[in-house]
Amino acid sequence: MSGQQDTPTQPDDFAFAAEYAETVKRTIAKYPKGWQESAVMPLLDLAQRQHDGWLPRAAIDTVAQMLGMPPIRVYEVASFYTMYNLKPVGKNHVQVCTNLPCWLRGSDAVVGACKKSLGVDFGETTEDGMFTLTEVECLGACVNAPMMQIGDDYYEDLDSDRTEAILEKLKAGEIPKPGSQTGRHTSEPAGGLTTLTNKKPNGQKINGKGGK
Amino acid sequence: MLNDQDRIFTNIYGLEDISLKGAKKRGDWSRTKSILAKGREKIIDEIKDSGLRGRGGAGFSTGMKWSFMPKKPSERPHYLVINADEGEPGTCKDREILRNEPHKLIEGALVASFAMGAHATYCYVRGEFYRETEALQRAVDEAYAAGLIGPDACKSGYRFDFYIHRGMGAYICGEESALIESLEGKKGQPRLKPPFPANVGLYGCPTTVNNVESIAVTPTILRRGAAWFTGLGKHQNTGTKLFNISGHVNNPCTVEEELGIPLKELIETHAGGVIGGWDNLGAIIPGGSSVPMLPKDICDTVTMDFDALSAVQSGLGTGAVIVMDKNTDLIRAICRLSQFYKHESCGQCTPCREGTGWMWRMMERLAAGDAKVEEIDLLEEVTRQVEGHTICALGDAAAWPIQGLIRHFRPHLEQRIADREADGKTEAA
Repeated sequence: MSGQQDTPTQPDDFAFAAEYAETVKRTIAKYPKGWQESAVMPLLDLAQRQHDGWLPRAAIDTVAQMLGMPPIRVYEVASFYTMYNLKPVGKNHVQVCTNLPCWLRGSDAVVGACKKSLGVDFGETTEDGMFTLTEVECLGACVNAPMMQIGDDYYEDLDSDRTEAILEKLKAGEIPKPGSQTGRHTSEPAGGLTTLTNKKPNGQKINGKGGK
Repeated sequence: MLNDQDRIFTNIYGLEDISLKGAKKRGDWSRTKSILAKGREKIIDEIKDSGLRGRGGAGFSTGMKWSFMPKKPSERPHYLVINADEGEPGTCKDREILRNEPHKLIEGALVASFAMGAHATYCYVRGEFYRETEALQRAVDEAYAAGLIGPDACKSGYRFDFYIHRGMGAYICGEESALIESLEGKKGQPRLKPPFPANVGLYGCPTTVNNVESIAVTPTILRRGAAWFTGLGKHQNTGTKLFNISGHVNNPCTVEEELGIPLKELIETHAGGVIGGWDNLGAIIPGGSSVPMLPKDICDTVTMDFDALSAVQSGLGTGAVIVMDKNTDLIRAICRLSQFYKHESCGQCTPCREGTGWMWRMMERLAAGDAKVEEIDLLEEVTRQVEGHTICALGDAAAWPIQGLIRHFRPHLEQRIADREADGKTEAA
C-alpha cells in the first residue's frame, strides 16, 4: 500500500492531448460495456506519461469524469498503487531495488553510487530536476541482480562503476543501453549455456561469454 | 539432467527469433485447431492426467481448477485471467516467457479459454514490465493478424480475444481476487471467499486465474500427451519447471529442469555452484521469499518438488531459489523480507496490517541484537497469530520466513543478542 501524499502545488486543469485520444478510446474498448471503470489504471498511467511522469489532482478528476466514477474512487486507486507519482518527479526516475536477491549481489553499492553521483537521497530530486532517486521493492529480474529501473527500462547486473557510467550517460543526454551491463543476452548463465546447447544460433548475436 | 528435446521453453533466453515466424519454427501454433477439435472435456481431462500443478506458487492441479468452471453456458460470459503480476522476491521466470516465448502464452490462453468456455482472456502484467508488455503486445498483434486468435481463432469457428492489462506496482495484486478487483478498476484488496472466482469472479462472472507458466506449458502438453509429461519429474510432481537461481552462486540464471531435481544438482549444474563451494553455503530459500529458508544439511539432499519441500516445512513456491553463503547475515536477510511484506500489506485485515509492521520492527531489533531472548518466542507466537488469520495468504507469507529463521537459526538470534549485551557491558565499563 503506497499511501502517498500529494503535493500542495497543483495545476488548475488537465486534458488529454489530442494524440492520446485514440489510445484512450482503444483502452476503454478493451473492457465490456458497463465496465469502463476497468480503464481507470491505464488512463491514469497515460495521464501521468503526458504530465511529465506525475499525476496532478486535475488529471485524476478528469479521468473520474471520463469514466463516470466518483472522484474519491479514482483517488483511492491513484494513492494505492506505487507507480502513480502524486508529486513531481525528475526527468529520469531512478528506481533501485534493495530487496533480498539484489542485496545479496551488492545493491548497497548501487545505492551508494546513485547517491554519490546524483547528490540526493532516496525520495529526493536533483536541483536541476533531472533525476529522482527512489528505493523500490523487487522488480522481478532477480537472476540479473543487482538492478535498477530508469523510466521504462531495466539496467541489470550492476556494480558501483556500471551504475555510475549509466548515470553519467544520462547526465550527458545519452540513452544508455538497457538490460545486462555485463554482456549477458538475458537470463542465461554467464559462464556459458548449460541447456539448449544443440540449438543453432539464428543470426542473433549472443553477447559476452554466454552461448556456445 | 533433462534432455533438450524434453524442454518446453526452447527460446527462454530469447537467443532465437521471438516473432511468430520463429515461434512456429519451434512448434508453437502447430495443430492448434486439432487440439481444439478434441473438445472441452478431453482437453481438461488430458491436463488433469498430466498432473500439471499450478506454477504460480500454490501448486494446485491446473486441470482440476479448470473443471470447476460451469459446464453449461449461461448469460454470464466466462473469463480466463492470466496472472503475470510476477513480484515474489527471487522470481523472474514469467518475465522470460512474456518477452521471449509470448506465443506459447497466447496459444495456451486460447486452448485454456476454449476448454473453459471463455471467449476472452485478460493478462494482468505487472506495470514495471513495460518492455515485456510491449513484446507480448507485438505477439498478440501478430496472432490477430494471422487469424490465430480473433473472431475465428485458428479457423476453428471459436471467437477468442486476448487483452493485456497493466498493473501499477502492488505485490498484493498477485493474489487472484485482489488481481480481479484491480482489473475492475479498484484498489487491489483481496475478496472474501466463498464465492470463489469460478462462480463469481471478474465482473461477477465465472473466472479462472492461472499463472503465466501454467498456461504457457499447456499447448505442449496437449501436443505431446499427458503420458510424456508424467514421464518427467516425480509421482504427483510431474513435468518440468522454470527455476530462477539468484544470490550467492557463480552464475545466476533461469533454467528449465525436471521437477524433483536435487537442489544441489540444480545449483551446481546450471548456476556454476555456490560461490566459494558448496561447503560455503549458509542457507537457501527454495521457492521465493514467502517460503521458509533451509539450512545446509537439508539443502544437501532435498529435491525440488512440491511434496519434498513441503515435507521439510518449506515449499516449492514459484521455484525461485535464493542462495545465501555462510557470511550472509541471515537475520538481516529475513528482516529485509519483513520490511517488504510490511510495505506490501494492503491494509485490509488487522492481523496483517498491524502484524507485518510489528514483525518488521521486531526483526530490526533482532538484527541489531537489541532484544531479550524471550522476545524470540514472543515473535514466533505473533507469527502464529498472523498466519491463517487473514483473508489472503500475504499474512502467511510474512510469517513463514520468520518461522523458518527461528526454526533453523535460533542460535544466531541468541548469539546476536549476547554479543550486543557484551558490547554494552564493555562500553559501560
